[in-house]
Amino acid sequence: MNIPLTILTTIAWRNVWRNHRRTLVMLAAIAVGVWSMVWLTAIMRGMVDQMIKDSIENFTGHIQIHAYGYRDDPAIENSMPAPGDELKSTLSDPRIKSWSTRIKVPGVVTSERESLGVTIVGIDPQEERGLLFLEEDISEGHNLKSAGDKGIVIGKKLAERLETKLGRRVVLMSQDPENNIVDRGFRVIGIFDTEMEATETGFVFVGRNYAQNILKMGDQVSELALITDNYRNLGSLVTSVQAAASSMEVLPWDELDPYTGTMLGVIDGFVLVWIVVVFVAMSFGLINTLLMAVFERTREIGLIQALGMKPNLILLQVLIESFFLLTIGLLLGNLLAWLTILPIADGWDISGLGTEGLEYAGMSSILYPVILTSDVVTSNVVVIVLGLIASLYPAWRAARYVPVEAITRM
Amino acid sequence: MGLNLRLAWRNIWRHPRRTGLTLAAIIFSDAILVWMIGLQLGQYDMMIDNTLRSFIGHVQIQAKGYHDKPQIYNTIPDAVQLASRIRENPNTPRVGVRAVGFALASSETRSYGAQITGVQPQYEGDVSTIPGLIKQGHYLSSDEVDEAVIGSVMARNLKLKVGDELTFLGSGKDGSFAAAVLPVVGIFESGSADIDRFFIQTPLRTFQNIFSMGNDAHSIVVTGVNHQQTSILKNTVQTIVGDNEKLDILDWERLQPGLRQAIQADFSTAWLMYGVLIVLVAFSVLNTFLMSVLERTREFGIMLALGLSPGKVGRIVLLESFAMATLGLILGMIVGSILTYYFMIYGFSYPGMEEMASKFNLPDRFYPKLNLVSLTLGPVIIFISTLIAALWPAIRIHLLKPVEAMQTI
Repeated sequence: MNIPLTILTTIAWRNVWRNHRRTLVMLAAIAVGVWSMVWLTAIMRGMVDQMIKDSIENFTGHIQIHAYGYRDDPAIENSMPAPGDELKSTLSDPRIKSWSTRIKVPGVVTSERESLGVTIVGIDPQEERGLLFLEEDISEGHNLKSAGDKGIVIGKKLAERLETKLGRRVVLMSQDPENNIVDRGFRVIGIFDTEMEATETGFVFVGRNYAQNILKMGDQVSELALITDNYRNLGSLVTSVQAAASSMEVLPWDELDPYTGTMLGVIDGFVLVWIVVVFVAMSFGLINTLLMAVFERTREIGLIQALGMKPNLILLQVLIESFFLLTIGLLLGNLLAWLTILPIADGWDISGLGTEGLEYAGMSSILYPVILTSDVVTSNVVVIVLGLIASLYPAWRAARYVPVEAITRM
Repeated sequence: MGLNLRLAWRNIWRHPRRTGLTLAAIIFSDAILVWMIGLQLGQYDMMIDNTLRSFIGHVQIQAKGYHDKPQIYNTIPDAVQLASRIRENPNTPRVGVRAVGFALASSETRSYGAQITGVQPQYEGDVSTIPGLIKQGHYLSSDEVDEAVIGSVMARNLKLKVGDELTFLGSGKDGSFAAAVLPVVGIFESGSADIDRFFIQTPLRTFQNIFSMGNDAHSIVVTGVNHQQTSILKNTVQTIVGDNEKLDILDWERLQPGLRQAIQADFSTAWLMYGVLIVLVAFSVLNTFLMSVLERTREFGIMLALGLSPGKVGRIVLLESFAMATLGLILGMIVGSILTYYFMIYGFSYPGMEEMASKFNLPDRFYPKLNLVSLTLGPVIIFISTLIAALWPAIRIHLLKPVEAMQTI
C-alpha cells in the first residue's frame, strides 16, 4: 500500500492535536528552551561585544604597530619613526576606518599634594576620532584642540587623587631618549569620566606634537593604532600591514589583549555547550511525549499495519509529528526571544548588579544584546536535527509493533 | 497511609519508560546544577582567598578617610606600637604595618612611576604572599637595613639586576622633596602584571625616613584563617583598638568592594540559566503527570463512584509526584556528587583558562566545592518545582464527574 506524503502529513498534523493539553505543554517546553538559547546567547554576545568595545574599540584599536621591544618595555627609546609613504598607502585600505599615531610613555604626574605614576599619551585629537573614547567622555572643560595643544586632559578619579581640578596646573615627569629627566607644567583643560576606574587613574592625555617637542623625540611615535570595519578575521589585513611595515611589530587586538581575546573564545565555546545542555534537558520531555502519543495509539497502529501500511511509513509519520512539534516550538521560541530582546535592544541597565563588581569583571553597566544570525541558526538547527534524531526512538518503537498483538491490546 | 503509598508507587511504575525518562530529566538537571553551583562556589572561595592573601588581608586599620582618598599625609600615628598590641592577642597573630607612597623610580638609564610600600620585613610574610614570591636574591632582611625589592616586570623595564641601585624621587608627608638611593636585594614575580610592574617594597623604617613620616604609617593589615571569619576578626581588632575616632577598621568587603559584587553579579546571572533548566524539568514532570491522570480518568471515575472522596484520590496523585520527585532528588544528588567529586579531585579547566586565571589571580584549574549548599540548593529547587508542576493534574481530579469519567475510554 502506498500512501502519498500529503496524507501522511495530514494524519501527523491531526495526531499532534489529539491531545492538545499535552502538545501545548510540550510546545511551551520547546519554546522556553529555544528562547533561552537565543536570548541568553544574545545577552552573552552583548557582554563580550561591550567588553571589546570598551577595551578595544575605544583605545587599543583593532591592530597596533610598535617598534619591536616596545610592548615588553614601553620606554621612549623603543619608539619608531612616523609612518612613511609606503605604510601610509597601505593604511588607506578601504577596510581601515581610521588610524592614528600616539606617544605612549610612562611618567609621573604631580600636583601640589600628590604624585602618581601614569602613562602619558600624546595624541592628535583629529586623528583619534572614532578611535579614542576621550572626545565623548569629557565631563568638564574640553578636549585637546590639536596635536600642538599645551594643555592636559586627566581622568576624574585621578583629579580627585591629585586634589587638583580644571584650570589648575600639574607637573609631568618623564625622560627623553638620552635618559635625562624631563619635566613640564601643564594646565588641566579637560577632565574625562569613563566607566573604568583604571583608565581614569592610569592615563593622561596631552598634544602629540607638543609631547614630541618636550621629550626631544623629533617626529618619532610610540604607537600606531587603527580601527577596521570588523573586529573578527583580521588575519589578511595584519599580513598586508606587516608587509608595509616590515621592521615593526604588527599585532591584532586579540594578541595585544589576550584576556579579551580569550574571553571571546570561551564565550563562543560556552554558547555551544549551553545550547546542547538545554537541548538535552528538553529532549527527555520530547521523547516522553512522543512515546506516550505512540503508546496510546497502539491499537490503531496495529490496525493500519494489518491493513498493509509499511513500518517505514509509520516511522516516517511519527517523525513528521515530531517535526511539527519542533517547528511550532521553534517559531514560538524565536518569537518569544525576539519579543524579550526588543525592549532592551537600546541598552539594558544592569547596574543593579553592582557597578563596582561589574567593573571588577571588566564590564560596563549598560548591556546591549547582540543577535548573531549564526547563533540563531545554530540553536534552530540543533533543535530540529537533534530533536528528530531523539524522536527516532519512539518512532522506531511504533514501527516495530506486531500487528496482531497490537490490535488485541487494550 | 501504607496503602496509599503502595498504590502511588505502583502507579508510578505502570509506565516504566515514561517514569524513567522523567527521572532522567530530573537527574540530568540536578547533576548539572550540583556541579555548576559547586564549581561556582569553589571558584569564588579561591578568588576571594587568593586576592586577599596576596596583599589586601581580611581587615585593615587606616586613618579615617584614607580608604576613599589615599593621601600620604593622612596617617596612623605610632602604627608599629598599635600593631604589636594587636599581634599580642592570640586570635590575631598575623599583623603587618604598611606605608604607601608614589615616586618616580629610576635606574641609571630608565625612569618609571611606581608605588612604594614600606613594610615590616619580619611580619609582611604573615599578611602577603609577596615575600614568598622572590625569584632572585632575597626578601628584605630587617627593618634596620635600607634596601628594596621590586617586581620582575619593573626590573626588566628599568634594566635592573639584584645588587643594582634604585633612585626614588617623590614628595614626602609634609610636601617636602623625598629622594633616596637604595640597593635592590630581591626581585619578586607574582604573575599579576600590575603588581610586578608597579610595586616596590622597602622596610618601613626606610620608608618613614625617605618620606618624612616619623613613626606614622598608612595601614595595619590583619589576616585571619579564612574570609568566612572576617566579622569575628574585625570585632577582635575593634576591641583591641578601642574607641578611636581618627581610625577606621575596614573589612575586605570595604577594601575591595568590587570582589563581592562581582561574585554576586556572577551568581545571580547564572540563575538565569539555572532557571531555564528548572522550568524545562517542571514542564517534563507536568506532562508526565497530566498523561498519567488523563489516562486514568476511567479508573478515577470508578474510585469516586465507589465512594472515595476527590481529596483522597488527589492525595494519591500527589503522593505519586512526591515519590517520583524524592526519587529524582536522591538519585540526582548522588549522580551530581559523583560528578562533582570527580572534578574535586582532578580539577577542571577549559582552553584559554590560564589567561583568565592570571587576570583574576586564580590557579589554572578550578576545584568545585561539594558542601551542603552546592549539593542541595539546585536539587531542592527542582524538587519543589516538580511538586508544584504536579499540582495542576491533581486538582483536575476534583472537577471529575464519576459517571462521565467512567464513560471515557
